[in-house]
Amino acid sequence: MLERTGIPTPKQIEAIKPSGERLAKGPVAIVECFQEIPCDPCYTACKRGGFLPFEDINDLPKTDDEKCNGCGICVGFCPGLAVFIVDETYSETEALVTIPWEFSRLPAEGSQVWGLDREGKEAARVTVKTVRKSPKKNGAHMLTLIVPKEKAYDIRSISHKE
Amino acid sequence: MLKTDVLVIGAGPAGLKAALSAAGQGAEVILVERDPFLGGQLVKQTHMFFGSKEQYASERGINIGKILARDVDENEKIRILKDTTALGYYEDKRVAIESQGKFETVDNKALIVTTGAQENTLVFPNCDLPGIYGAGAVQTLMNVHGVVPGNKVAMVGAGNIGVIVSYQLLQAGIDVVAIIEALPKIGAYLVHASKVRRMGVPILTSHTVIEAQGTERLERVVIAKIDDKWQPVPGTEQTLEVDVLCVSVGLTPLTELLFMAGCRMAHIGELGGHVALRDKNMETSVSNIFVAGDVSGIEEASAAMVEGQVAGLTAARNLGYGLEDYEEKVTAAQRELDNLRRGPVGGKIRAGLEKLYKEGEVAV
Repeated sequence: MLERTGIPTPKQIEAIKPSGERLAKGPVAIVECFQEIPCDPCYTACKRGGFLPFEDINDLPKTDDEKCNGCGICVGFCPGLAVFIVDETYSETEALVTIPWEFSRLPAEGSQVWGLDREGKEAARVTVKTVRKSPKKNGAHMLTLIVPKEKAYDIRSISHKE
Repeated sequence: MLKTDVLVIGAGPAGLKAALSAAGQGAEVILVERDPFLGGQLVKQTHMFFGSKEQYASERGINIGKILARDVDENEKIRILKDTTALGYYEDKRVAIESQGKFETVDNKALIVTTGAQENTLVFPNCDLPGIYGAGAVQTLMNVHGVVPGNKVAMVGAGNIGVIVSYQLLQAGIDVVAIIEALPKIGAYLVHASKVRRMGVPILTSHTVIEAQGTERLERVVIAKIDDKWQPVPGTEQTLEVDVLCVSVGLTPLTELLFMAGCRMAHIGELGGHVALRDKNMETSVSNIFVAGDVSGIEEASAAMVEGQVAGLTAARNLGYGLEDYEEKVTAAQRELDNLRRGPVGGKIRAGLEKLYKEGEVAV
């Protein structure tokens, strides 16, 4: 369980998954924030209303999946590196997963690397589609990965050793 | 002898904000800092901070330090004394300071102590082998001096500092083989834990260090699972081949000046040890001596900044500065503090403060 290992449970992940209908429309933010901490930059970063206003700064973020267009600005702003963008519409067999990245060694666009799951285990070889600087000064970089569709909810990092 | 309205000891997040707030109300301030730079621990914090806009959320700690240091530098009411250590407090309220062998005293009308905290250590066989560090020392080596501590690291303590320093070690290209935590649950914000875990670092809760091994320096660490009575479970020992063991098992407030000044003190575990009794405006039992930041109770830097604001505003008010907008400003800051502490992760600090205020009532 998350508090003992740092790994969110499949049940926690399932609970935050947008509807199949929404996923079929294109990229959308997946917010893997499961602990109430005093923090709200995701809400203030999004200018589209993709996050509902916080009543208390300790609230868990709540998304409005219809307003979210998957632009990813929140990925670079989240201090917990807990926001990911999933786009299931990329191809028949592949999805795009955008992850925050804070290692100085940036993978080359087009390169193949190991995609890691939430335990850090090698889940699949993935292709780095784009490497973007954060829209925010000194924010996290954003890597967009092409991953096998069935791994879109497993791959949340890449190896930093390659 | 130097003279000032408000003397602030320590230029970390609390001290910088205290100096800015007191000066902002019109008081003359002297800010004393032991290091040759301003910012305290902020200079080592490469991660983005939590909180809200008011506490620079989403900005990296090192940049928050730079913003505050610049504001202090540009403020004509603040005189900065870097490379200067506060040595003691005299009965006539003067504070003794030393810089490069030169001794001086500072006469002040109000004193704000923002000296921060020191790291706790852990005792186990061979815990004095070279290669065993405090997490803060490793952070200083890496992020201030650009020196890596070794090649393979085991971290003891899964609180925010242990987990964040583990992440910084990974960023520096160093292997972290495990984070070992005696408690059954991770103390760090879980998003920090998850980001280290997905880089492949196991977090072993309910585990402890049995002993360190090595001849000239650290070569191995033996760890084991512990049961709910904190006893090692036989047969669960594992040996980790590491050349660095990093210890991050909490902080203790640096309160010597407060003891010297005769502030009423209380030992409150939830706040990290001995702390000065104080009111909601950060004033201790000695009139016009204030505390803010970790010295008043171990907490996040975001709260330290707001406490510094409250202390600075109130010290200035006591000396007759900024009377017109004091209430409005201090109320806003108190509300920020309440917000930061309201959630489940604020439970420990709330419990500690409740005890502190209760002790205060008994003492009065």
